[in-house]
Amino acid sequence: MDAIETKVAEPQTGQTEELVLVDAARHGDMGAFEQLIKRYDRNVFRIAQHITQNREDAEDVVQDAFIKAYQNLGQFQGNSKFYTWLVRIAVNEALMKLRRRKTSKTVSIDEDVETEEGSMPREVADWGPNPEQLYGQAELGDILQKTIQGLPQSFRTVFVLRDIEGMSTEETAEMLNLSVPAVKSRLLRARLQLRERLNRYFKKSKRDGAQPQ
Amino acid sequence: MKCKDFLKELNEYLDGNIDVQLKTELEEHLQWCHNCFVVCNTTRKTIEIYRDNEVYPLPDPIRDRLQQAIVAKCKHKHDHSS
Repeated sequence: MDAIETKVAEPQTGQTEELVLVDAARHGDMGAFEQLIKRYDRNVFRIAQHITQNREDAEDVVQDAFIKAYQNLGQFQGNSKFYTWLVRIAVNEALMKLRRRKTSKTVSIDEDVETEEGSMPREVADWGPNPEQLYGQAELGDILQKTIQGLPQSFRTVFVLRDIEGMSTEETAEMLNLSVPAVKSRLLRARLQLRERLNRYFKKSKRDGAQPQ
Repeated sequence: MKCKDFLKELNEYLDGNIDVQLKTELEEHLQWCHNCFVVCNTTRKTIEIYRDNEVYPLPDPIRDRLQQAIVAKCKHKHDHSS
């Protein structure tokens, strides 16, 4: 069995070209900065929406993150990727929004107590070869959205950064002020919980030829 | 190897971050444990589905509006700082 294909949402092309854009933007070239916005605004919006689960907040985060990045371009060190640096700013902005919005409730990336609970699969059912084709694009989108929204915020954020945005475990840990083992444990539970929740939509019915156990 | 031990290594296995010996042990377990085989496959599929389908697309009109607002604010800050 092969490992999952490393295919990330982050555009990989033109690392050098990107540093040229960053440098130009740093010297006041707004056209260059606009290109950087166009390259990453979808990613920033996606991360912000996953964290805040609020459209208005997510749009604010996109604006605030890029403006903050622009103002602090002088501090950007070429030794990390611009994208990683930008995402770090966006995650901070999104978590701040979340805290502000829910001041009465405790919202923190540390909200979940570390236990082994919830990491053992309860239902084991195989899926068909292309489960996503059971649904139309819009319906599938609703299912995926509803399913990931049900995860605790701290699991969801780790899953989004690691599995959707393609950040490394170390980068994710640093962005969220978590230890590497904490990121690993949350990622495992996020993956297993999502799988378990998707079972009800994707599992093979007996009609499809699944063998009764 | 027990199922519990397999699950502990599932992340590293799916991400391909394990040494050859451990990989062999995990795959031996998968050969006889149907449950872990299914959990492993469907977890992999879960990750792929989320990676391949945009849950929160940013519609072009909103995208344009945000881009314009960002550029206008950055220009403003630039003009007032220089």
